[in-house]
Amino acid sequence: MNPIKTTILPFALLAAGMATAQENLPPVEVPEGEPVSEFRTFDPTEEEFENFRGAGNIPHEGGEAVYNAVCSGCHMPDGQGAVGAGEYPALADNELLAAPGYPIYMVVHGQAAMPPFGSLLDDQQIADVVNYVRSHFGNDFVEGEFGEAAPEDVAATRE
Amino acid sequence: MTMTRRELLTTIGVTAGTGAMYTAMASLGFAQESSYTGPVELTGDPGGARVLVLGAGLAGMTAAMELRAAGYEVQVLEYREKAGGRCWTLRGGDTYTELGGATQEVDFEEGNYFNPGPWRIPYNHHAILDYCRRLGVELQPFIQENHNAYLHRSDAFDGKPQRYREVASDFRGHVAELLAKATNGGALDEEVTEEDRALLLEALRDYGSLTEEYEYVMSEETSDFRGFERWPGGGRNAEGVPSQPMDLETLLDSRLWRWLPDAETVHHQQAIFQPVGGMDRIAQAFEREVGDLITYNAKVVTLHQDENGVTASYVDAQEPGEVTEVTADWCVCTIPFSILGQIQHNFSGTKAQAISTMYYAGGFKAGLEFKRRFWEEDEHIYGGITYTDLPISLISYPSNDYLSQGGGVLLGAYNWGANAYQFNAMQPEERTKWVVEYGSRIHPQYTEEFKTGVSVPWHKVPWVLGCYGIWEDRERDYEETARMGEGERIALAGEHLSYLPGWQEGAILSALDAIQQLHERATQ
Repeated sequence: MNPIKTTILPFALLAAGMATAQENLPPVEVPEGEPVSEFRTFDPTEEEFENFRGAGNIPHEGGEAVYNAVCSGCHMPDGQGAVGAGEYPALADNELLAAPGYPIYMVVHGQAAMPPFGSLLDDQQIADVVNYVRSHFGNDFVEGEFGEAAPEDVAATRE
Repeated sequence: MTMTRRELLTTIGVTAGTGAMYTAMASLGFAQESSYTGPVELTGDPGGARVLVLGAGLAGMTAAMELRAAGYEVQVLEYREKAGGRCWTLRGGDTYTELGGATQEVDFEEGNYFNPGPWRIPYNHHAILDYCRRLGVELQPFIQENHNAYLHRSDAFDGKPQRYREVASDFRGHVAELLAKATNGGALDEEVTEEDRALLLEALRDYGSLTEEYEYVMSEETSDFRGFERWPGGGRNAEGVPSQPMDLETLLDSRLWRWLPDAETVHHQQAIFQPVGGMDRIAQAFEREVGDLITYNAKVVTLHQDENGVTASYVDAQEPGEVTEVTADWCVCTIPFSILGQIQHNFSGTKAQAISTMYYAGGFKAGLEFKRRFWEEDEHIYGGITYTDLPISLISYPSNDYLSQGGGVLLGAYNWGANAYQFNAMQPEERTKWVVEYGSRIHPQYTEEFKTGVSVPWHKVPWVLGCYGIWEDRERDYEETARMGEGERIALAGEHLSYLPGWQEGAILSALDAIQQLHERATQ
């Protein structure tokens, strides 16, 4: 059996519209040989299918999706960061994001309390999310003098 | 006649006292489970020296309690409105506001609770057990391993959870059979002497409940381990009917064996405990001792040391404005490095490096209250843990209030890594929704019985910004960071300064080591 299938399968079935979520609806039809439990508490949306596809990686593609699935937990959905006993820095209107090298390094290797994400995200995902934060939340750096982050830049940062 | 080890120790104990016995035990290989050797002794008069303790978690409160007892004048600064730090319990009526502003109002029934942080105390965590003893914290057994709980993978057995006892017994039986076959087939002739081969076979037959022919088959003997098709009873028609073991290929392919050793590490094996009523009973017990020393809602913003002493400053945690400065002769700083790294300080060298490079693990836990204890009523699961490959990782059943009427609270998720990051990025209702969704694949009763939930992704916890500290290079930085350097007046402590990361034992042991170093300096 392919371990990668473990959590993908139920979502794949859901995506195909085979699952039912509302109470009192008939149980899911289970194709022969395709294991899936028949109980559902809600119908995940298409976007939500992306969640939790693997314990060791983040399945999302595209800067916005990666940002919302991971980064927004600390830097917050609006990029404003958060303040407690310490703080998560705001990404909004942040000049440190002007050149891609710094945010790429931060994501790959982490810094201070920020964990490294180099092993959870691939080069494309990191380049995408770096470009996303550099072009959102009041930042307009992708069009600026340093241009876009490329997957090759991420690969170089890993070394 | 040779003396047994126990006889020898008893003799030493009687003739030379317990101190000598303890030393003897240590040299014979007993009693080395912890560096804790009993209550800390800080002899010598510190002459009323002032110590500032930063943080009122277990490390900080241990330091405060022991230093005051030794004659120091102690003040504690704590960011939160109460003591305990990660030693924390949520009950009905509590509210918790995480970073980002979402507030959860806990709606559990009276008596139900959820420990978002530490939740168990193994027998070999001598320091925290001793503090529980000294402070009168009542403990009860925590059920780590429950043979009647489940192992579950979405792609094994059509997603149907399997009882732990069936997987464990069958795995043991099949492995014993294979090894016996290999032994009998001569495959181990090079490795094992003829005499030992006979012993090995005898052991394997016992270990795996094998037949005379060394086979693991359906029988009353094997069903005594894996459970029966029809369990033995009393009165008429009471004879047990054995159950059929799963075959080796099915068992191997299922990969359910991956969780079998989990309860056998020294940090999880029996006996293991929990405080009656919630983990924060420990925090409350400490707080009763040192609460009068604590300034709450104090957010430390600077920390400096020089040859004359320590200066720190803090602001109100809720309404930062006025800065209050505090001076002391010495300091025990238990502030997590995730936060200390953002405070203006004058540590240098390796310490500054360790502080600025330690990152914090993400961890996620959810507590779910159900209207009835269906896991007990329907499935006969009393405490213990079900493991799954679903993103919730596990479900743990309460090790208390068995058979009680009314609702019960499950630990509905406890995960790390990629899954924890994704839960961290969700709002509370969305997290609960997913936790209930996944759990319902193991317990269909979830759908009907769910009442309320509360969840804590640790990166959103305002007073720590993560679950526990991870060293960038522990080998390089640890010793020097844990040691009070020449001329230093601040000793660092906390779970992050231990080789027991995330465990309360690590926090307390590091605090005891820190105050011993500090005391030695102060009484020189």
